[in-house]
Amino acid sequence: MSAEALLQTPLTGAHRRAGARMVDFAGYDMPVQYAPGVLKEHLWTRAHAGLFDVSHMGPGFVTLETRSGDPAADHAAISALIEPLICGDVAGLAPGQLRYTLLLNEDGGIIDDLMIGRPLWENRQGMLYLVVNAARKAVDFPLIATAIDGRARLDRADDRALIAIQGPEAAAVLGGIVPEAAGLGFMRHARFDLEGTGLLVSRSGYTGEDGFEILALPEMAVKLWDRLAADPRVEPVGLGARDSLRLEAGLPLWGHDIDETTSPVEAALDFALSKKRLKAGAIRGSARIARERAEGPARVRVGLRVLQGAPAREGAAIADAQGHEIGVVTSGGFSPSLGAPIAMGYVPPAFAAPGTALQVIVRGRPQTAEVASLPFTPHRYHRAAA
Amino acid sequence: MRFTKDHEWVELDGDTATVGITAYAAEQLGDVVFVELPAPGKKVEAGGDMAVVESVKAASDVYAPLSGEVTAANGELSDNPQTVNDGPESSGWLVKIKVADPSQMEKLMDRAAYEAFLGTL
Repeated sequence: MSAEALLQTPLTGAHRRAGARMVDFAGYDMPVQYAPGVLKEHLWTRAHAGLFDVSHMGPGFVTLETRSGDPAADHAAISALIEPLICGDVAGLAPGQLRYTLLLNEDGGIIDDLMIGRPLWENRQGMLYLVVNAARKAVDFPLIATAIDGRARLDRADDRALIAIQGPEAAAVLGGIVPEAAGLGFMRHARFDLEGTGLLVSRSGYTGEDGFEILALPEMAVKLWDRLAADPRVEPVGLGARDSLRLEAGLPLWGHDIDETTSPVEAALDFALSKKRLKAGAIRGSARIARERAEGPARVRVGLRVLQGAPAREGAAIADAQGHEIGVVTSGGFSPSLGAPIAMGYVPPAFAAPGTALQVIVRGRPQTAEVASLPFTPHRYHRAAA
Repeated sequence: MRFTKDHEWVELDGDTATVGITAYAAEQLGDVVFVELPAPGKKVEAGGDMAVVESVKAASDVYAPLSGEVTAANGELSDNPQTVNDGPESSGWLVKIKVADPSQMEKLMDRAAYEAFLGTL
């Protein structure tokens, strides 16, 4: 382990005061759990509202060096600089819209998954909001800065705090403090004012629940965290439950379920591909991606229900019903909502249909499992009434 | 009751030792969701693998504090693994071992020594 001091977030003091158990995560001193523990924190988030410090992640802004003043032209210009790096459609984002996308290498492998957003306000066009993974900041930020060099600049915002509030009561809780936030649609973001300080609020998250992620300056973040945590509907939730929540929601974690060898097709993230850009061959790794879409990939990410025995964790082998090894578990554990072990992993497409009987090998012993459709627990994102 | 540095406890009755994980270990592990226990008849070696206790997040090995033969496993834990948290040093016991040599107990810590050890962690 590195002898360097761990990085702190603006909320580290609040976690310690709350009695959190702290761990090194991507070089940050982060709460893995609070007093109630992973199981109860997980279930609380599904039933009420969980409060998460995700300040270790990598928010940032890319902004045109010279804006024309024409909002549409400026958005098109900044999109043209970023799109070559990613697989999604940025030019087509509506003002205020946020999209999940992937940074790809030349072979179509996933360098990282990230959020990208177009500002809502007309006077901020020509700028994009990005949030990358903590463990990939050192790769992503230089890659982006180099690609846009001279035409746009990257301003990292990871010295600020990023707070997530997730769960069925999240909108009511945050709406009591920032009323405009409750009016945001799913995957929309906007800047709101709280006591004279700007907050960048997005209706998004990584738990499968309705909720928000809030980028705030450190001093305001501490005040906001304390106000949110004081609400009886809210409990702070550590990275342990964040992981079990995202697993139940079927959401991949970079470095585990996806990496530079996996393509968007293998990872079952086709929805993130811009069909138009793919057709034009304008996505990195287009040849591989188009081939995999036409002929099927060699392996594909699936969900697994482990029907007997111990949880199958990352690295456990997956075998067919006859015991021949066909794949590997990339994330696995116990699902608090289902009260049973679940996992994600890669298998050949012939074994990917939900209901397919498989085995997972845990500590040398085969246990029965079956392919399950993802997510394991239904997404409950906010959908605005028509 | 005697203790190991790996946070197992042992209580000896004649030549039968009851073994479990300490309250400290259970607290560190968090909610137990699965327990894997050896079948009766299995021979275990002091310091060798004996059982696995799993939380939502991780699997933790439990080592045999003494050498001997497993005579019973706590069947309650397959249906209610949470019992390990509810009574780690009582109803949440893991296995009973017929001990080859009861004098092995003398190498283990008594409660005062174990608590002093916890203070160093």
